[in-house]
Amino acid sequence: MTSPSPIAGVVAATATDPARRGVLRVLLRNPLALASLVVLVLVVVVSIAAPLLAPFGPNEVVPGLARQGPEAGHLLGGDGAGRDVLSRLLFAGRLTLIGTVVTLVVAVVVGVPAGMLAGYYGSWWDSVSSWGANIVIAIPGMVLLLAVIAAIGPQTIPVMAMFGILLSPGFFRLARTAVQNVRNELYVDAARVSGLSDARIIARHVFGVVRGPLIIQASFSAGAAVLVQTGLQFLGLGEQGTPSWGQMLSDAFTNIYAAPHLVFPPGITIAITVASLALVGNALRDSVNGRSAPSRARRVPPEAPADPTPDDTSLLVVRGMQIGYPAGNGVSVVVDDVGFSIAAGEVVGLVGESGSGKSQTAFSILGLLPPEASIRRGIVHFDGRDLLAASPTERARLRGSRIAYIPQEPMSNLDPSFTIGAQLTEPLRAVRGLSRSAARARALELLEEVGIADPARTFASYPHQISGGMAQRVLIAGAVSCDPALLIADEPTTALDVTVQAEILDLLRRLQEERGMAVLLVTHNFGVVADLCQRVVVMRTGRVVEEGDVTAVFADPREDYTKQLLSAIPNGTRLRAPVVPVSRRKTS
Amino acid sequence: MNTTEPLLRIEDLVVTYRASGRRAGNRVLDGISLQIGAGECVGLVGESGSGKSTLGRAVLGLAPVTAGSISFDGRRIDALGRRGRRALAADIQVVFQDPYTSLNPSMSVGDILAEPIRAAGLKRVHAASRVRELLEQVDLPADAESRFPRQFSGGQRQRIAIARALALEPRLIICDEPLSALDLSTQARVMDLLIGIQERTGVSYLFISHDLQVVREMCHRVAVMFRGRLVETGEADQVTASPEHPYTRQLMLAAPVADPVVQAERRRERSRLAQTVNPAA
Repeated sequence: MTSPSPIAGVVAATATDPARRGVLRVLLRNPLALASLVVLVLVVVVSIAAPLLAPFGPNEVVPGLARQGPEAGHLLGGDGAGRDVLSRLLFAGRLTLIGTVVTLVVAVVVGVPAGMLAGYYGSWWDSVSSWGANIVIAIPGMVLLLAVIAAIGPQTIPVMAMFGILLSPGFFRLARTAVQNVRNELYVDAARVSGLSDARIIARHVFGVVRGPLIIQASFSAGAAVLVQTGLQFLGLGEQGTPSWGQMLSDAFTNIYAAPHLVFPPGITIAITVASLALVGNALRDSVNGRSAPSRARRVPPEAPADPTPDDTSLLVVRGMQIGYPAGNGVSVVVDDVGFSIAAGEVVGLVGESGSGKSQTAFSILGLLPPEASIRRGIVHFDGRDLLAASPTERARLRGSRIAYIPQEPMSNLDPSFTIGAQLTEPLRAVRGLSRSAARARALELLEEVGIADPARTFASYPHQISGGMAQRVLIAGAVSCDPALLIADEPTTALDVTVQAEILDLLRRLQEERGMAVLLVTHNFGVVADLCQRVVVMRTGRVVEEGDVTAVFADPREDYTKQLLSAIPNGTRLRAPVVPVSRRKTS
Repeated sequence: MNTTEPLLRIEDLVVTYRASGRRAGNRVLDGISLQIGAGECVGLVGESGSGKSTLGRAVLGLAPVTAGSISFDGRRIDALGRRGRRALAADIQVVFQDPYTSLNPSMSVGDILAEPIRAAGLKRVHAASRVRELLEQVDLPADAESRFPRQFSGGQRQRIAIARALALEPRLIICDEPLSALDLSTQARVMDLLIGIQERTGVSYLFISHDLQVVREMCHRVAVMFRGRLVETGEADQVTASPEHPYTRQLMLAAPVADPVVQAERRRERSRLAQTVNPAA
C-alpha cells in the first residue's frame, strides 16, 4: 500500500526460506562465483590429500633435478635445491590453509562474541570493547607481526593467530552493528516477553542476522590472511623445513635468471586462490545487498491501446487501464480495465484495501510506476493530451506544473540534509525561474498559506526539527506552489494522528476551494473520502467495483463489496457485554 | 467493577527516559493509575507520543519504571529481575502492532509458536500438539506450521502473533495497536477473534489504540491519555459517546466517519469546539 511495490501474489509465488537456501542458490546462479567456489574446494581437497597425490616428498631432493624445466615424471620441474615442484606445491597448501583457518578462528572467536554482547547489552561493555577494538585498529599490523616473529622466531601458527587478533575489530564492528539493528526489532521484544533467556534470544534470533555478513567478511579476511602469510614467507620469515607458497616464490625469486619458470606455479596458485576468495565474497555481498545478478526483468511489451480518443472532455480521463508486472514467465496483472474521469475542480476519492491497485493507478497517471511495471493497454488523457504518448521529459514538465503530488510519508519525502526553505525554493527557481529573493518570498507566502504559524522559522528548519503534520503541510505547500490543475494525494493522512489528519483535511479542503483545483485522493479510509470527496471510485483487486456520487454511494451502495467494506467500519453500535467470570481451565 | 483485587493494578506510575549527558530526563508517563480486572478489556487511547505504548511496555518490563508501582495478581512486578520476569511470561503476553516485524522472518511459524512453549520447559512432543491447537484457535490451517511469516498476509500474520501470545495461556495480553496495520475487513475479523478468545478463556486485555470507534466496540472500559497523563477514564460507552474532557471530545470529533452528511455536521461541531476551548490547556 505504500510505495509502488508489486503485489503480494508475485512475492508469495517465489517464497521459500530466504535464510537457509539463499546463499547457496545465489552462488550457484553466478557462474564466476561458482567457478571460484570450485577452485577453493579443489585447493582444500588437494592440500588435504597431498600425501596421497604427490609423487615425491616435499623435501625430497632428486639428484639432477635442480632448476630443471618440466619433464616426464616432474610435471613442473625441479626447484633450486632439486626438489619436485609439483609435490612441494601440493604440500605447500597445507600450511597456508592451516594458517588461514587459525587467523579466521581467532578473529571470529575474539571479535564476534564481543561484538554481539556489545551490541545487545550496550552500556559500559560496549564502551570498553569498542575502545579496545579502536586500539587494535590503530596498531600498525605489519610492524607488530615482525615484532612477534623477532620475539618467538618464525612460527606460522602463532604469527597468524596474532594476525587474527589484528583482523578481529572488523568482525567486532560487524557483529555489533548487526545486533544493534535487530536489538529493537519487535520480534526480539516478543521473545523477551515469551520468557526466553538472553542467551537463547542471542542464539536464536540475533545470531541469524550476523551469520550472513560474517561469512562475507570471513571470505575477504581469508584472502588477506593468505597474502600476509605468503608475504612473510617470501621474506624468509616462515618455517624453513615446511614448504609454503611464499617460500616457493622466494626460492623462484633467487633463481629468477636460471629458472624463470619456477615463479609460475606458486604465483598462479596464490593469485587464483586470493581472487577466488574475493569473488566469492563479492557474490555473497551482492546477494545480501539484493543486487543479485542483473535481474532479467524483461519489460513486458505493451499491447495496443484500446480506443483512440475518448469523447469525454474531463480534465483527466482514464480508460481501460491495465498494468502488469513480470512474474515468472508471464505477467501478473495488478490493475485491469480501470477507468474513471475527473472534471476540473472536482475531488474524487480512489478507495480500496491493500492490493486493490489504487496506488498503482495513481502512479500510472503520474508516470511514476517502477521500471519493471508496464501499462499494457488503456489511455490516460489529461487536459486533452495523451499522457501515455508523451515523452518522459514532457511528463516531468507536466508533473512540475500542472499535476502535483502529495505522498503518504511526509518525512521520507524531505531530504534530511537540506533546510525546508532550500527544498521549497529550489523548484521555484529551477522550474519557474524565480530569483533567489523572489523564490524566498514566494516560499514564505506558501508556508503561511498552508497554515504554518511561524513561516520564517520553519523556512530555516531542517526536516527533523518539525513534526509529521508540519512536514505534510510543507509538502502541500510545495505541491500547490505551481498552481496545479490536478493534485494527486496518495494516502496523505495515513501516517498522521487523527487530530492532525483533521487539520490536514481542512487545509486540503480550503486550498481546493480557493484554487478550484481537481484532487484525486487515494485512501483506504472511507471517513476521509466522506469528509473531502465529491465522487468516489471503489477498487478491489485491480478493478473498479463501484463509482458514484459520495452521498449516494455511502447512503445506498449498489455492490456487495462496497456494502461489506462499509459495514466493516466500526460504527459504535455494537458494545461489549459486561464481563462474565470464566473459570480458567488449562487445556494441557 | 467488583470489589476484589484487580488482576493488574498500576499506581502513580512514572516512566522517565534518561537523557544523554546531564540534561533532565524525558518524563514519558506521569502519575498513571489504572486497573484491569480478570476477563476485562481496558482500552487505552491517545495520539502518537502520548505515552500509551510506553505504558504497555512498562507492564511488560520493557520500559524502565522510575516511580510508582505495577502489581499483577496482588504481587509487585515493576522491580523484578530477569529471572522473575521470565517466570511472568506464562501470565503476561503481548501482541504488537506491526505483524511484519514482530515475527522473525527466518523462523517457521511452527518454530515461532513452539518457542515460548519450549522456553517454559515443555517437551518437544507436547509443544508440537500445542502448536496445532493454537493454530486451530486462531483459525489458521494446520499446514501453516511449516511455512514462513512472509508467506502470509498481514491479517494472517497478526493471527500468528496472537497464537504466540496465547501459547502459555496467559491471564493478561497487552495488545499494542493490533489492528492498526490491517485492512478494514481484516481488522473486523481479527477484532472478532480477539473478543471470542476473551469470552472463551477469560483473559484480560490492555487494548492500546488510537481509534475511538474500535475501542468502543472492543473494550469494557476506556482510559484516554494525553501527553503522559490519563485525562479521562470510564465505561467505554460513556467515554466514547459523551466524553467529559475536551481533549477526548476533540479526539472523537477529529476521526472522520464514513457518512458525508454526518461528517459535515461533525466538522462544524469540531470547528466550534476549537473556537471555544484550547485543547492543549
